[in-house]
Amino acid sequence: MSDLAIQVKDLTRRFGDFIAVDRISFEVKEGEVFGFLGANGAGKTTAIRMLIGLLQPTGGTARVAGYDVATQAEQVKRSIGYMSQRFSLYEDLTPRENIRLYGGIYGLTREQIRTRTAQMLDRLGISSVADTAVRSLPLGWRQKLAFSVALVHQPRIVFLDEPTSGVDPITRRQFWELIYDAAANGTTVLVTTHYMDEAEYCDRISIMVAGRIAAMGAPMQLKRDSQVASIDELFVQLARPDGPTRPTRPSSPSGEGSR
Amino acid sequence: MTALGGLLRKEWFHIRRDRRTAAVLIALPVVQVLLFGYAIRTDVDNVRLAVVDPAPDAQTISLRNRFAAADVFRTVAVVPRITDLDPLFESGAAQQAIVFYPGFSRDLGRGEPAKLLIITDATEPNTGSLLQSYAQAVVNQWVGGASRAGGAGGGVRIVPQVRMRFNPTRESKNLFVPGLMAFVLTIISSMMTAISLTREKETGTMEALLVSPLRPWQIIVGKVTPYLAIGFVSVVLVIVEALLVFHVPLRGSVPLLLVEGALYILVSLSLGILISARTSSQRVAMMFALLGTMLPNILLSGFIFPLESMPSALQAISYVVPGRWFVTIARGIMLKGIGFEYVWRETLFLAAMAAVLLAASVRSFNERLE
Repeated sequence: MSDLAIQVKDLTRRFGDFIAVDRISFEVKEGEVFGFLGANGAGKTTAIRMLIGLLQPTGGTARVAGYDVATQAEQVKRSIGYMSQRFSLYEDLTPRENIRLYGGIYGLTREQIRTRTAQMLDRLGISSVADTAVRSLPLGWRQKLAFSVALVHQPRIVFLDEPTSGVDPITRRQFWELIYDAAANGTTVLVTTHYMDEAEYCDRISIMVAGRIAAMGAPMQLKRDSQVASIDELFVQLARPDGPTRPTRPSSPSGEGSR
Repeated sequence: MTALGGLLRKEWFHIRRDRRTAAVLIALPVVQVLLFGYAIRTDVDNVRLAVVDPAPDAQTISLRNRFAAADVFRTVAVVPRITDLDPLFESGAAQQAIVFYPGFSRDLGRGEPAKLLIITDATEPNTGSLLQSYAQAVVNQWVGGASRAGGAGGGVRIVPQVRMRFNPTRESKNLFVPGLMAFVLTIISSMMTAISLTREKETGTMEALLVSPLRPWQIIVGKVTPYLAIGFVSVVLVIVEALLVFHVPLRGSVPLLLVEGALYILVSLSLGILISARTSSQRVAMMFALLGTMLPNILLSGFIFPLESMPSALQAISYVVPGRWFVTIARGIMLKGIGFEYVWRETLFLAAMAAVLLAASVRSFNERLE
């Protein structure tokens, strides 16, 4: 198999007349941390939902872990982990019970679940509250736990849909350490965010505007190409191409696929 | 199958952690049956009777005593003139009156038609006609007794004998309690699954389950099974209540009734699942579950209003109301003591409904992926 974790070609999704995702194409290499940026409603979540098998594409192809998302949804589901912007843990269950539930769902054996549980609790430093309802844990802990639970079956690829929204900067930093850990272990990470500073942490990013990918590349590269100081600036430029925020600069950036 | 086992465990934890809700779910049917059981009755009891007796004598007093002896009537006033009745009826002091015409005893003695007027407050027409027939029955009995004893008037008098089968005392609770069971159980059951599934949608855990390799049917079985257990406990409690509190007879097979009850719960739970598969918030799901079960089960199950007297269009609709079939089954087993050979058709309808609803739920889970 190739060393591409995700291959997307002309992926499209229409809702009636509205084109939420318009022929996007990108590739993510094995072990890469790929950032998926865009304003709310730019089509990030729709694109992710197609990749994880929650939504059927209307056009184009997407292969995740080498499997076609349109026809091999079951295999795709076994190869991926997912953490949504809404919380995916059961709040009335304890961390231990949550790990056990998802471990069971992903077909881990009792033995595997036991060792994974010990490892995870230890890594997160939450062994002392392993038997306390998740509801009563601080939000940052819960989010880190949710991330670990998404990795319980050691998936090849993990999709994170705005995992850090509503979290304080220190916890966000810690969260990103977990992401790097996962990437170091060979897990591919696709993460959406609207914190532009987080974009700088990614190996590569793509910026979606109105259903299309307006720019893609390594953060440094992108900044250099469009002569901006930060991704934030680039983002604003791309998101409002007809209302120039910096009149001194040429209006069209050199990303692929401008309008 | 460990995945499914895990789901069942998790659901069990939810129920156990939220004891108050679980207690409510189990106790609610019992309480509702108790309340409705006493509220919904058409038995006439304690009828306030006024008597107009211008010239009391042995005959009129004998008939009056006959009324007094019937448990149902309570004589509230004896007045000489018919005009005295108006204030009694208007104030509600009297619901019914018997009026002896002057010369009642004389006519009776001669064998001529003796005139007796029975006036009934028909503000509530059903109760009114029920009271009317009760009073008539008392009079008929008295006439029958008098003719046999005294032979006054000679001529052949027909003394009708009526036997009411299955519910000889015509107690409405025997009719209502099984229907009530159907009504209460279906509301609770469909709400249980509807709410618990939409809660998962609201908290986002449903998405996590859908992204996992779990199949839709596994998610649904994981939801239905624990609540089937709770529902079954309710069925048992409600049956015990019917027997002990309302003294409804249970003439047929208890295991059969329990199995039918479980099947009926399954249908209702499946309805809840389907509702939650189609809605996204707990509040909407709850409303649909309430509307979808309450109205049809009150109006079209035959629980209160007999289906036979409905227009055929409504009767046709009643075929898809699960309560209709369970009411028939429960009444049949409890009151008539009939066995499976008489309720297999109804059972088949319920089983088919469960199958269709579950299949539709699995389908709409799949459709979410389109």
